[in-house]
Amino acid sequence: MNHSVRNGGRLSMWRAAYVIARRDFTAILLSRAFIFFLLGPLFPVFVMALAGGVGAQVQSEATSADVGIAMESRDVDAMLAAQDEVRDLVGPALPNMVELERLAPGEDFDAATYLENREGSLAAIVSGTPEAPKLTATAGRLTRWEGMVALVAAHASQPGAQTYPAVTTATVETSGASENTGRLRTAQGGQLLLFLLIMLLASMVLSNLVEEKGNKIIEILAAAIPMDAVFLGKLFAMLGISVVGIAVWGTTGFAVLTAGGVSLSDYANPGVGWPMFFALFAAYFGMGYLLLGAIFLAVGSLATTVREVQTLSMPATMFQILVFFFASLAVTDQGGWIEYTAMAFPLSSPFAMVARAATDEALWPHLVALAWQGLCVAVFVKAGASLFRKRVMKSGPRAARSSRSLGKLVKDTFRNRSTPPA
Amino acid sequence: MDMATGEFQASTENSRNLAIEAHGLVKRFDGTLAVDGVDIAVPAGAIYGILGPNGAGKTTSLRMLLGIIDPDAGYRRVLGAENPQDVARLIGYLPEERGLYPAMKAYEAIGFMGALRGLPLDVGRERGKELMEAHGLGHAVDKQIRQLSKGMAQTVQLLGTLVHEPKLVVFDEPFSGLDAINQGKLEGLIRGLADKGTTVIFSTHVIAHAERLCENIAIIAGGKVPYAGSVEEARDRIPAQVRLETRKREGRWRTALPAETRQVGDFFHFPLPESGIEPLLKALIEGEAGILSLSIERAGLHDAFVAIAGEAAARDMVADAEGKPA
Repeated sequence: MNHSVRNGGRLSMWRAAYVIARRDFTAILLSRAFIFFLLGPLFPVFVMALAGGVGAQVQSEATSADVGIAMESRDVDAMLAAQDEVRDLVGPALPNMVELERLAPGEDFDAATYLENREGSLAAIVSGTPEAPKLTATAGRLTRWEGMVALVAAHASQPGAQTYPAVTTATVETSGASENTGRLRTAQGGQLLLFLLIMLLASMVLSNLVEEKGNKIIEILAAAIPMDAVFLGKLFAMLGISVVGIAVWGTTGFAVLTAGGVSLSDYANPGVGWPMFFALFAAYFGMGYLLLGAIFLAVGSLATTVREVQTLSMPATMFQILVFFFASLAVTDQGGWIEYTAMAFPLSSPFAMVARAATDEALWPHLVALAWQGLCVAVFVKAGASLFRKRVMKSGPRAARSSRSLGKLVKDTFRNRSTPPA
Repeated sequence: MDMATGEFQASTENSRNLAIEAHGLVKRFDGTLAVDGVDIAVPAGAIYGILGPNGAGKTTSLRMLLGIIDPDAGYRRVLGAENPQDVARLIGYLPEERGLYPAMKAYEAIGFMGALRGLPLDVGRERGKELMEAHGLGHAVDKQIRQLSKGMAQTVQLLGTLVHEPKLVVFDEPFSGLDAINQGKLEGLIRGLADKGTTVIFSTHVIAHAERLCENIAIIAGGKVPYAGSVEEARDRIPAQVRLETRKREGRWRTALPAETRQVGDFFHFPLPESGIEPLLKALIEGEAGILSLSIERAGLHDAFVAIAGEAAARDMVADAEGKPA
């Protein structure tokens, strides 16, 4: 190959994908549709806030995490009375204190054991005396509630007190039966959120492709850069958009919940811990979106009109809903064949693994799953791009008229292409 | 195909002067033969026309030459590369179906098209502004594509095709949708490209453009190339036409006229006899035809195209009727 030919080579796949992704990302970010995309998921929050629903919900969440009082009888009464006084001052940030045990003078109480075997909404225990209170809870709750307990205890020991007693703290690991229930809730919530986000984004990438076909610019792209790069560029542009969206939604949600006094420590700690859970959630979101996005892009390539796109994407959507239900079922069958099947099947794997991150401490299954899903993403994108390349670059009305079955199209995609002799 | 490859290796010297050479390109869609053994050789720096009726296989042939689709059989070499994608940065391509992002500004669209061919985005955008100024569209640089007229948008796309200064430019039906003035401008632009040494290949079903611009053409009909060569040779394939006007309508001189003679108004039209004009002239004079005017008109490319494409179509029809390959 001579010098001019080497210099004339087309862009590498990743650089070409970057060119496409940069264009798509900028175009979507600056479009009016993006504003609606951002606002869409926030509408229910705003409506609830306007209706006072958020406040009620926050109140409910805050009160659902109770602080039990285990003291001598008169101290319990004093603490409960002080709580009412303090609540008038600090509002919903004060956790709900409930009577747990009225102890006999000198009676010991093992708060840590009681808490670890707790049921219901008990999240912390304050024991000792109002003059020397002891708070037993998880580390996060200790940090949040230590001051409040001191405030209540001060009021209980001496109304109008100017000095607060020192609160002794004891940390517990919440790993009892109630923790498992909480983890299951986290798993199911994570799956649902993942599903909604992926479906939203995959639909958007499909709309983007349809627009591209409508603009008839696709042939210019195909002539200049690898079709795989067009696919990757579009997929990753939408992934970038989703990161912006999630950042906005996450920040808004975090601000709303924080303002309402709700903390992650109110919820069961996921098996891998919250930071790792968020990291894995992001990774599985990326994989799940890329897998479904690749399918939707391939579907988009088969269609010649928007109506055809809608018709063809319907089965893909319904199938994905079934996959989601399957993955949801896997949460209830931990360690069973349903869960393993859900983890192995590419489209349900991200959902199943998010649930596993919530319920199980082990990290190595996630490495395996991410590697497997990454491989599947490569295959899906390659197949989708192949299908697209074969389908869209036909000339004349014959291509539009031909009505081949999806199976035949897929078969043709994987059939050996004739190659000019070297 | 080894034999074909060997032939190409033997003709390396010739190949060096060819921007494009393709032999035996075949493409089927859903079992339907769209292109059936196309041979094309485009000299470097030439303006080359691919002529053919609608649906003849022009676009599919161009797409194979550009590497947008792969041929089912055959051989192609573009700017010295067997895989056209290996020289993608040296190629500019304007497809038949024009496409731009409606929300993009005009100069951004040009820059984007340059970026697809490896030009840095900022350089492409700057060049886009300069090109638009040079082509009288300076006022529209910052306008979105959706705000431009169809002709202006087409010009923007054309400039986007050229922004990276390609060595080979491929236009698919570039004149469709343009008014006469813009067609003239485009013809000028194509000549300008060729003057700078750029190879230009374009497809059209409007013969006049090819006749004015091209030295060499290929005629595609029914997926085949019944003719590839110079415009002059194509015209020479059709006998010159004689147009005769006489004072008398009848007389023994009429027996000197060829059997294919057609009478249109006061004129007789017939192909120039193989024996030349002199014996005929002598017979007309001796027969007292009373010649008022006699002219010999060389066949135009349009006539040649109709004859060549028509023959090919007729062969196809016969082959179809007999169930044999044409």
